[in-house]
Amino acid sequence: MKLLRDTSLIFQRQMQLLLRNPVWIFVGVFQPVMYLLLFAPLLKPALQVSSNAEAYEIFVPGLLVLLAIFGGLFQGFGLIAELRAGVIERSRVTPVSRLALLLGRSLRDVVSLIAQAVIITLLALVFDLRVFIGNLLLAYLMLALISLMTSALSYGVALAVKSEDALAPLMNTVAQPVLLLSGILLPLTFAPGWLQGIADWNPFSWAVDGTRALFRGDLGSPDVWQGLIIMAVLAAAAVAWAARMFARSVR
Amino acid sequence: MIETRGLRKSFTSRQGREKKTVEAVRGVDLDVAEGEIFGFLGPNGAGKTTTLRMLATLIEPDGGTATIAGADLRRDPAEVRRRIGYVAQGGSTWDDSTAREELVLQARLYGASKASAQARAASVLEGFQLIEYADRKCKTYSGGQRRRVDIALGIIHEPKVVFLDEPTTGLDPQSRAHMWEEIRRLRAEGMTVFITTHYLDEADALCDRISIMDNGEIVASGTPSSLKREISGDVVRVGLPVDAVAAAASALAAYKIESYDDSVRLYVEDGAVAIPQILRALDAAGVPLGTIELHRPSLDDVFLTKTGRSLRES
Ligand SMILES: Nc1ncnc2c1ncn2[C@@H]1O[C@H](COP(=O)(O)OP(=O)(O)O)[C@@H](O)[C@H]1O
Ligand SMILES: [Mg+2]
Repeated sequence: MKLLRDTSLIFQRQMQLLLRNPVWIFVGVFQPVMYLLLFAPLLKPALQVSSNAEAYEIFVPGLLVLLAIFGGLFQGFGLIAELRAGVIERSRVTPVSRLALLLGRSLRDVVSLIAQAVIITLLALVFDLRVFIGNLLLAYLMLALISLMTSALSYGVALAVKSEDALAPLMNTVAQPVLLLSGILLPLTFAPGWLQGIADWNPFSWAVDGTRALFRGDLGSPDVWQGLIIMAVLAAAAVAWAARMFARSVR
Repeated sequence: MIETRGLRKSFTSRQGREKKTVEAVRGVDLDVAEGEIFGFLGPNGAGKTTTLRMLATLIEPDGGTATIAGADLRRDPAEVRRRIGYVAQGGSTWDDSTAREELVLQARLYGASKASAQARAASVLEGFQLIEYADRKCKTYSGGQRRRVDIALGIIHEPKVVFLDEPTTGLDPQSRAHMWEEIRRLRAEGMTVFITTHYLDEADALCDRISIMDNGEIVASGTPSSLKREISGDVVRVGLPVDAVAAAASALAAYKIESYDDSVRLYVEDGAVAIPQILRALDAAGVPLGTIELHRPSLDDVFLTKTGRSLRES
């Protein structure tokens, strides 16, 4: 009960501040739309598919997962600004739940990601993408789990390193190989076997496969539940770890 | 109200490949009485903030015990949190929030309902004379206004004890005077106030009792006047032309002496006896004399006798 109350207090404050900042809204919406519009003409020939709809079935889920990963991983920068301003320390002297300090922030990140995802999906519908609403909601659940995990991870690391200068290279080092080896932007179907073997060890490639299956309408595919379970377990672990960091972070 | 015994904390930081350990606080014993303004006086790096952060449950002590407002720091930090307020040295407001928003949220984090949090915020804003700015973003505040918001955030839940880490550092003289008034008001409302400072005049004028801290240890405790009385003897201050300070210092080398920009201070057994001798020594050395005054030791003199350094320089 206290956890719920505290989480919603932190969440409300974070949402309020987010919506107050028009720059974020511009970047957060404009950027994915540009992706969609600029990549669109390249898609059909590159993926060797016959229709726009088919191309978007592959590309849009990848784009959404990409946004979830990167959007989450870079949330730590905002937290470092809060650390510097003394806001975190001020919260930590109150009896507020440490888990709530994390969850309130991560839930804001999830909500803003889902808002982006909805806009992109709507736009892709204009480009002939077709997806069942039930499958779409499951795909959003997958995105929410990814974003919960990456943002919690980023917050935990931010609390550990406490400086932008250390966080930026660290997050880039994590994000680059994850991105390249997950088949996010293009599927790894045409990749050599050894590359696919490595990708199997990348949890995000499971998430992408699951999300693509959902967009294909292939609800029965094992990729779906495997992706969801892997992401749920990792998200829970990241949340538990980051909440511990909130409990014992120094300065 | 606050009792600590043997409180210790050291930090290990890595510098390149070498590990360096700093003993920030090495065995602090404190007894703070209910309803007093207690001051922690010491130079930068003395360990004041580290002690406060331990007492505020933000970092765990390596050793020692503490009881704060009846709650045991080691065994029941959650209860300590409910009973204390803490205002960090570096401030705690967010640029894009307003003072009222920050205060309402802070009250709610302490468990207040929405309505009572709003009422508390309104009354605290009134008390700290912040009503006029209450709905403006914090980034538009002056240093003094922002510091008052910090303090207001620290006491919004009416704690029994409030810790203020360097509440007046960086404020102009007028804001400082204003802040002193606010701190006295908190005491009048029945709060125990624990402040840290590196200003001698602040410790002297504002605090009922002080502990002087240096290098992680408490070197003296008591009321400002009793500490000053402890030092036997008098201080003779000789005002000089700037270029004569060095000559005067060598002419008076026989005394315990401190040189400043335009004066020297001499620590003597009996001022009335020493002054004629000092005048003669300066005359013999041909040092032009500006002024000469005799006074009782200040807190800086206390610090000097306990540590061998002047607080003004460190
Ligand atoms: N988190 C930390 N990590 C490493 N060293 C620290 C940390 N916090 C304080 N110190 C060191 O402990 C000593 C005491 O610092 P502090 O308590 O901030 O002093 P004060 O508040 O009296 O200026 C200093 O030498 C400081 O560098
Ligand atoms: Mg300090």
